[in-house]
Amino acid sequence: MYRVELGEEILKVKDLRVWFPLKRGIIGTILRKPPLYVHAVDGVSFNIRKREIFCLVGESGCGKTTTGKALLRLVPIYSGEAWFKPRKETLAKLEAMGVTPNENGMVEILHLPEKKFKPLRRDIQMIYQDPYGSLNPRFRIKDILEEVLIVHKIGESKEERLDLIERVLEMVKLTPPSEFINRFPHQLSGGQRQRVAIARAIIANPALIIADEPVSMLDVSIRAEILEVLLNLRTLLDASYIFITHDLAVARYICDRIAVMYLGKIVEVGDAREVIADPLHPYTEALIAAIPDPDPENRKKFRDLKIKGEVPNAVFIPPGCRFHPRCVYYDEMKEVDKELGDLCPSTEPPLVEVKPGRYVACYKYPLVRSLVKTGVLSPGREGR
Amino acid sequence: MALLEVENLRTYFYTLKGVVKAVDGVNLKLEKGQTLGIVGESGCGKSTLAWSLLKLVPPPGRIVDGTIRIDGMDVTRMSESEVRSKIRWKKISMIFQGAMNALNPVYTVGEQIIEPILLHTDMTREEAMEKAQELIEAVGLPPEILNRYPHELSGGQKQRVVIAMALVLDPDIVIADEPTTALDVVVQAQILNLMKKLHRERGMSIILITHDLGVVTELSEYIAVMYAGKIVEFGKAEDIFLHPLHPYTQALIRAVPRLKGDIHKLEYIPGQPPDLRNPPPGCRFAPRCKKVMDICNREEPPMIEYEKGHYVACWLYAKR
Ligand SMILES: Nc1ncnc2c1ncn2[C@@H]1O[C@H](COP(=O)(O)OP(=O)(O)OP(=O)(O)O)[C@@H](O)[C@H]1O
Ligand SMILES: Nc1ncnc2c1ncn2[C@@H]1O[C@H](COP(=O)(O)OP(=O)(O)OP(=O)(O)O)[C@@H](O)[C@H]1O
Ligand code: SF4
Ligand SMILES: [Mg+2]
Ligand SMILES: [Mg+2]
Repeated sequence: MYRVELGEEILKVKDLRVWFPLKRGIIGTILRKPPLYVHAVDGVSFNIRKREIFCLVGESGCGKTTTGKALLRLVPIYSGEAWFKPRKETLAKLEAMGVTPNENGMVEILHLPEKKFKPLRRDIQMIYQDPYGSLNPRFRIKDILEEVLIVHKIGESKEERLDLIERVLEMVKLTPPSEFINRFPHQLSGGQRQRVAIARAIIANPALIIADEPVSMLDVSIRAEILEVLLNLRTLLDASYIFITHDLAVARYICDRIAVMYLGKIVEVGDAREVIADPLHPYTEALIAAIPDPDPENRKKFRDLKIKGEVPNAVFIPPGCRFHPRCVYYDEMKEVDKELGDLCPSTEPPLVEVKPGRYVACYKYPLVRSLVKTGVLSPGREGR
Repeated sequence: MALLEVENLRTYFYTLKGVVKAVDGVNLKLEKGQTLGIVGESGCGKSTLAWSLLKLVPPPGRIVDGTIRIDGMDVTRMSESEVRSKIRWKKISMIFQGAMNALNPVYTVGEQIIEPILLHTDMTREEAMEKAQELIEAVGLPPEILNRYPHELSGGQKQRVVIAMALVLDPDIVIADEPTTALDVVVQAQILNLMKKLHRERGMSIILITHDLGVVTELSEYIAVMYAGKIVEFGKAEDIFLHPLHPYTQALIRAVPRLKGDIHKLEYIPGQPPDLRNPPPGCRFAPRCKKVMDICNREEPPMIEYEKGHYVACWLYAKR
């Protein structure tokens, strides 16, 4: 019911890796042990179209926030590329600085010098996970919002900026704006604060909004209102979202497509409703089976959890399919299906389109196997 | 006689900025072996209600009115030493909100589990250790966990330890306050499976406190919906979810997105819950209610039994 016409591609992320070096300690340094890394994001690729709401879902620590922060270059990039299509004014500024876009008007943003990245900070905005910590407690609402305008040199005069601030507060339904602009964050409820955080993210008219768990900290009764505000804004602003959540029901409600992450990698991508109604990856299947949808019948049965053990440490990623130590499908099939038994623990499965629009990285699917065996795709790479 | 009977319970916090009426006239009944879910949003008084049942309300809070009867004994009128020797952990115990992150870092799991056993029974150290081993296996952990320190455990393992600790004196009632809130869905489902199993095997009553409408259905035969210090609706889980009566319950159920079925536009409740220092007169939900009437703003609605076993406090159903 919320589907809208999607536009051209505005972001292409290719094989992104964000590894955090682990402190080695004195002994490790003396012994010259090889450095260890937390493989927070470990080869992630995805594309986003204009007006699309693209969800990153997965359990705590799987790398959702880090993926979002990488696009704003708030974390050290180990490798990979991200091509982004800036808004017209931003592109003009970049061209004046000597940045040439590719034939689709896209610019690689992860390797630009910081000075040239600065204009892009207007186009890509993030709403942070925590509505309590992310607003400066000493600033009034109007100062919080005006700061963004000043940084990006938007608005000629104070009056013009105030006018913009009021318009944005109306967009996020903090009305009448006059009642809110002079308040401090602590004088607002959690829901109102989250709306200020959204206002701050949209006031510069971004093309891409990274919304990191924007409703998770809020009470159920006010969540829906925030989701509605976000949904209305995408058409109003012509913006795309990367919507990060661990709640698959929220993802199904708000997103066009879902990407399921596990231990730093995307294991499945597809239409939001299709992925949830018919998950392809054994991990997605287990995740969905674990979610308690409100239903009084639930108490009468145990939940059948098709997953073993716990999420391993992101320092020592299991070889082959990183899910194989927890995979019930692998366990059941490894003796019967020798080929699967060999591939899963040895060779990383690439993400392959096994049905129109449905991508999965798992050897359960013959196409994934044959592409790896014939060497068409190298392990761990994307099939698109 | 019910195992637990709460009448007109009021627990207030006397803060410098005013009196917070966190629990304000709550009635409850729980039979042996029943499971009761208490749902409500942040700050509505769920934890305060739970602390009251154990007589562990932290200062500046105290129980100011009402009675709590457990097994026929009036706990509200008991001295602290009586509660300690007869009630707490023996009759009723609790898995505190956030307890898994409050385990003592300098003691092993085993030492922490046997401490209350040694304190409250005349078991020897060896007997207590045996009991601890039985419990740790009952919560699905290998016995060597007893020798480990809390920081060596995962979140799910810590929560299992905390559950084991609530069971040391074989209580008739266990209160679980947000037992899965900080956990991922897979671990959450494992913990809820464990609680179901323990309930089936041991037959104790469980009070599950949560803000999550999905989680509450995993365990609860009965559900109490709490809003701003009061229970506004109570009944069998089926009644609450299939025929909710209170406008708050109705709106709450329509505010959560589902995993299955058509996608409906979600409802939201305008405004926010009242300040419990200064709750509105009349029905506390009135300022946010779609069906508000004149009387709602003036008089508090009484709790009535609208259908058999299905109670609601709302002027749409009560006779004036
Ligand atoms: N600055 C950092 N230094 C070292 N490790 C980090 C840093 N930030 C994140 N990590 C690690 O990277 C991994 C991914 O973290 P990230 O915050 O991206 O996960 P997430 O999916 O957003 O989880 P959550 O749902 O809990 O927010 C985790 O193992 C985390 O501990
Ligand atoms: N120690 C305290 N001193 C003063 N006020 C308190 C104290 N503890 C709780 N309160 C207040 O009592 C009310 C009820 O709090 P309580 O913790 O019982 O809510 P809750 O329903 O458990 O919320 P949550 O879902 O966030 O755990 C709140 O308004 C809270 O601010
Ligand atoms: S590739 Fe193998 S181990 Fe990985 S999810 Fe698929 S079946 Fe399981
Ligand atoms: Mg995160
Ligand atoms: Mg609480």
